[in-house]
Amino acid sequence: MSIRLGGIIAGLAITLVLVLWSLAPGVYNFAFGPAPEKQPSYAFYEHGEGPAGGFSFDGAFGKWDYAQLQRGYQVYKEVCSACHSLKFVAFRNLQDLGYTEAEVDAEAASWTVPGIDPATGETTTRPGEPTDYFPMPFPNAIAAAAANNNAIPPDLSLITKARHDGSNYVYSLLTGYGEADPAKAAKVGFETPDGLYFNKHFPNVNIAMAPPLAVDGQVTFADGTASTIPQMATDVAAFLTWTAEPSLVERKQTGWFVIGFLLFATVLAFLSYKQIWAGLKPKKG
Amino acid sequence: MSFAWAKQYEPQSAFTKWLDEKLPFPRLVYNAVGAGYPVPRNLNYMWNFGVLAGFCLMLQIVTGVVLAMHYAANQAVAFGTVEHIMRNVNYGWMLRYAHANGASFFFIVIYLHIFRGFFYSSYKAPREMIWLLGVVIFLLMMATAFMGYVLPWGQMSFWGAQVITGLFTAIPLVGEPLQVWLLGGFAPDNAALNRFFSLHFLLPFVIAGVVILHIWALHIPGSSNPTGVEVKQESDTVPFHPYYTAKDGFGLGVFMILFTTMVFFLPNALGHPDNYIEANPLSTPALIVPEWYFYPFYAILRAFTGDLTIPFTGIVLIPAKLLGVIAMFGSILVWFILPWLDKSPVRSGHYRPLFRKFFWFGLIPTMAALFYLGGAHAEEPYIMLSQIFTAYYFMHFLVILPIISQIEVPKPLPFSITEAVLGKDKAVEAPRAGTVDGTDAGTATDGSLQPAE
Amino acid sequence: MAINTAGTSALSTDEGVRRRDWIHIAALSTAGVGGASLLFPLISQMAPSEDVLAASSTDVDVGAIQPGQSIKTTFRKQPLFVKRLTPEEIAAAKKDDAADMRDPATLASRTKEGHEDILITMGVCTHLGCVPLGAAEGENKGEFGGYFCPCHGSHYDVAGRIRKGPAPLNLKVPEYSFSSDTVVRVG
Repeated sequence: MSIRLGGIIAGLAITLVLVLWSLAPGVYNFAFGPAPEKQPSYAFYEHGEGPAGGFSFDGAFGKWDYAQLQRGYQVYKEVCSACHSLKFVAFRNLQDLGYTEAEVDAEAASWTVPGIDPATGETTTRPGEPTDYFPMPFPNAIAAAAANNNAIPPDLSLITKARHDGSNYVYSLLTGYGEADPAKAAKVGFETPDGLYFNKHFPNVNIAMAPPLAVDGQVTFADGTASTIPQMATDVAAFLTWTAEPSLVERKQTGWFVIGFLLFATVLAFLSYKQIWAGLKPKKG
Repeated sequence: MSFAWAKQYEPQSAFTKWLDEKLPFPRLVYNAVGAGYPVPRNLNYMWNFGVLAGFCLMLQIVTGVVLAMHYAANQAVAFGTVEHIMRNVNYGWMLRYAHANGASFFFIVIYLHIFRGFFYSSYKAPREMIWLLGVVIFLLMMATAFMGYVLPWGQMSFWGAQVITGLFTAIPLVGEPLQVWLLGGFAPDNAALNRFFSLHFLLPFVIAGVVILHIWALHIPGSSNPTGVEVKQESDTVPFHPYYTAKDGFGLGVFMILFTTMVFFLPNALGHPDNYIEANPLSTPALIVPEWYFYPFYAILRAFTGDLTIPFTGIVLIPAKLLGVIAMFGSILVWFILPWLDKSPVRSGHYRPLFRKFFWFGLIPTMAALFYLGGAHAEEPYIMLSQIFTAYYFMHFLVILPIISQIEVPKPLPFSITEAVLGKDKAVEAPRAGTVDGTDAGTATDGSLQPAE
Repeated sequence: MAINTAGTSALSTDEGVRRRDWIHIAALSTAGVGGASLLFPLISQMAPSEDVLAASSTDVDVGAIQPGQSIKTTFRKQPLFVKRLTPEEIAAAKKDDAADMRDPATLASRTKEGHEDILITMGVCTHLGCVPLGAAEGENKGEFGGYFCPCHGSHYDVAGRIRKGPAPLNLKVPEYSFSSDTVVRVG
C-alpha cells in the first residue's frame, strides 16, 4: 500500500511540476507571446524531386547503368575533383563501372597522387596506380577553407548517404541554382550575401559553392551523349550513389535470393507448426 | 521446479547416459526449452517475442564479434574502418547492415515483449522477479545500444556521446567532473571511443548472463498466458517441444523476412544520414536525435522546459535540465515498482474492462506520440504535445493503474486454461483425456495460486 | 472428441506410422540449410579483403646494384631480395643445376632470359616464414654462399635453392618483368 501511495504522490507531483512550470508558460507564450521568427530564406526553399524518370538503380530491382556511371565519373573528374575529395574510393574500384583492367591502369595513371622519392625520401608526386585512392585536392582542412571562402568542400565518397534522399538531393542541388524571385525577396527583405549563391534546393538557400555545372556542354562525354546541365547532374548523382554504396545492386539481388529462401522456409515452418498443433485441436462434431 | 506431469529426460544411448551422469547439459536444455517444460497451451503470437529477443541477442553478438575483427576504436581511423568494412571486407556490408538493423529489430522485439507484459500483467506475482530482471536487461540494452552508436564516429555518434554524457552534468555539484570522467576528457575523443568500444563489447555478455537469470526465474512459476489464469492441470499445458519450438520457428521465419527486407532493401532507413559524415567537433548537426528506439525517453527529457521555481521570487529549486534527466530515468525506473503499483487480482487485460480502456486509449497512443515527438524538432507545438503526453505517461503508471486496480470490477475468469480453450462442457472431460502415462492430471496440480495475490 | 497432448502428434515416438512426417523433415532441413548458409559470410569475412587482394606492384631499380650486392625491398608487405650475381656465382649456380636437390630447379628457370645475373626472390624462408640472412653486407650466407635462415638453419645457394636444412622449397620467385633494362616491375 505504501508503494502505491508513494507512487500516486510522486506521479501527481511530476505531473504538477510539468504542467505548471513547463506546460503552462509554454502555452501562454504560444498563445500570447511573439510569433517565432522565421528566417526569410525559408520562403524560398523548394524540395528537390530528382531527375525526371528517376535513376536506374532505384527500386527493389534497380541496376547500375554503367554508361551513366562512366559519364558521371567523367563529370567528377573534370568538374568536382577540383575541390571535392573522394577519399574512400580507390582507382581499382573503377573496374566496377565497367572499365577493363587496362583502362583502369590508364585512368589511374592520369591522376597525380602524392608519393615518396625512392632515392631521397622526400615527398613528391607520381602517377596513380590502381591501388591508390583518389587524391585530396587540398593538403588539409585549413587549406581547403582558405581556398574556398571559408567553406570546406565536403568529401563526396558518402555524400548521397550523408544527405536525406541523397541521389535526388545531389541532382536537385546541381540544378537548383538561379535567382530568388525579386518581388518576393524585396517583400521579406531577403538577399543572398556576397560570396554565396542562391540555390532553391539547398536547405538555407544560400550556398558557398559556385554553380559547378554552369553551361551545357561543359563536359564532352566520351560516349557522345549530349551534356546538358540536367544530364551531367543526373550522371554525377548516379556516380556518387555508386561511390557511397558500391554494393547497392549486389545487395538488392542478394536480398531477393535471401527473402525467396526465407519465404519458402517460413511456409514450411508454418505447415509443420500447423501439423504439430493439429493433434491438439478438439475434433469438430 | 516443474509441474508434476512434466516429462523427464531419458537418455537413450550409452553416451547420453554417460553424459547425463557427468554433465547433464542435455537434461538442462530438455527441461528449459525442450519437451520437459510444460507451457500453457493457449499462448498467442505475443508470446513469440521472448524467443525472438534471445535470437536477436545472439545475432548481435555474432555479427558484432565479427565486425570487431575489422574495426579500430581510434578517432583518427574509426570512421574509415567502418567504410573499410562496407567496401573491402567480404560481405562486410551485409554484416554491418545486419548489426545496425539488428539493434533496431532487437528493440522492436523487446518493446513488443514489454508491452505484452503490460497488457497481460506479466509483472504480477508470482513473476515479479522475471519482470525486474527484464527491466535490468532493457537498461543494459539501452547502454549497449548507445555506446554502439558512438563507434562509427560519425556526426551523430560524436554529438550523441556529447549530449548523453552531458545529461550527467545536470547532477548538482558532481555533474561536470562526472562528465569529464565518463569521457576521459573535455569532449568525446579517443579515450571515450576506446572505453565505449570496450564496454560495448562487454555488455552483451552481461546481458546474456541476466537473460539466463530471466529464464531461470521464468521456469519457477512457468510461463504466463493470455487468460492470466494459472496452470491447474496437465490438459492446460503442452510440452514446449515440439509445440512451441514449431510455433516459434514459424515466428522466427516471419521475423527474418521482415529483418532481411530492411537489411537488403532499406538498410539506412532507420539510421540518420548525418552519421555518414565523419565526426566534426566544430559543427553540430541541425537536429541531434538519438536512434529511434530512444525517442520516447528523449521526448520525456525535452518536455521539461521550465525550472521549478518558487513563484514570484525567482528562486530556482530544481533546474529544468535536472528535472528532465530525473524524469527520463524515472520513466524507466517506474517499471521496477510496477508489480506493486497494480494490485488488481486479475492479470489479463482481457478481463479488465477499465484497465483495457486505459491501455488502448491511454498508454498506447501516448507511447506512439512520444515516439513521434522524440524525433521532432524542439519547437511548438511539439514541445507542448510532449509535455502533455509525458504527464499522461507518469499519471498512467503512478496514479491511474493503482486507482483502477482498486475500483475496477473484472469480468468473470474462466475456471482453467483448458476451459478457456475448449469451452466449459468439454473441459470437464478434458483433464483425463490428455494423459499418456496414466497419471491423473486432475490430482497433479501443484496448487499454483489463483488469482495473482 | 479427444484432445491429446501427444498421442496424435506427428512427432510422437509412440506412433508407428509417421504420416506426413516429410513436412517436418523438410522444414528442419530447410532451416538447417539456412543456418549453414549463414556461416558463409561469417567465414568468408576473415579471408583477405578486397584492398588486401588488390594486387599492388612494386617497381625496383636494379641499375645501381653492383655484382655481388643485393638489396632488400618489400612486395605486398613481405621482404623481397634483389641480387646481382657475380660471374663466379653464376658459374657456381649453373654447375649445381644438375646436383641432387630437394626442389630441383635451374638458374635459368629462376631468372629472366638475358638478365640471368638478376635474381629476384621473396625473402621468406619456405620453412616457417622467417627472413633469411645473406642479403646485406657481412651477413651469414650459409654453407652454399646464398642465404641462410637462422631460425632453423636452412641453407640456400646463390640461386636461392634449398640445399640443406628443414625448408621444403626454394625461395619463391615472384612474378615480375623488366619494364626497361634497369627497372623491374614485380607483381
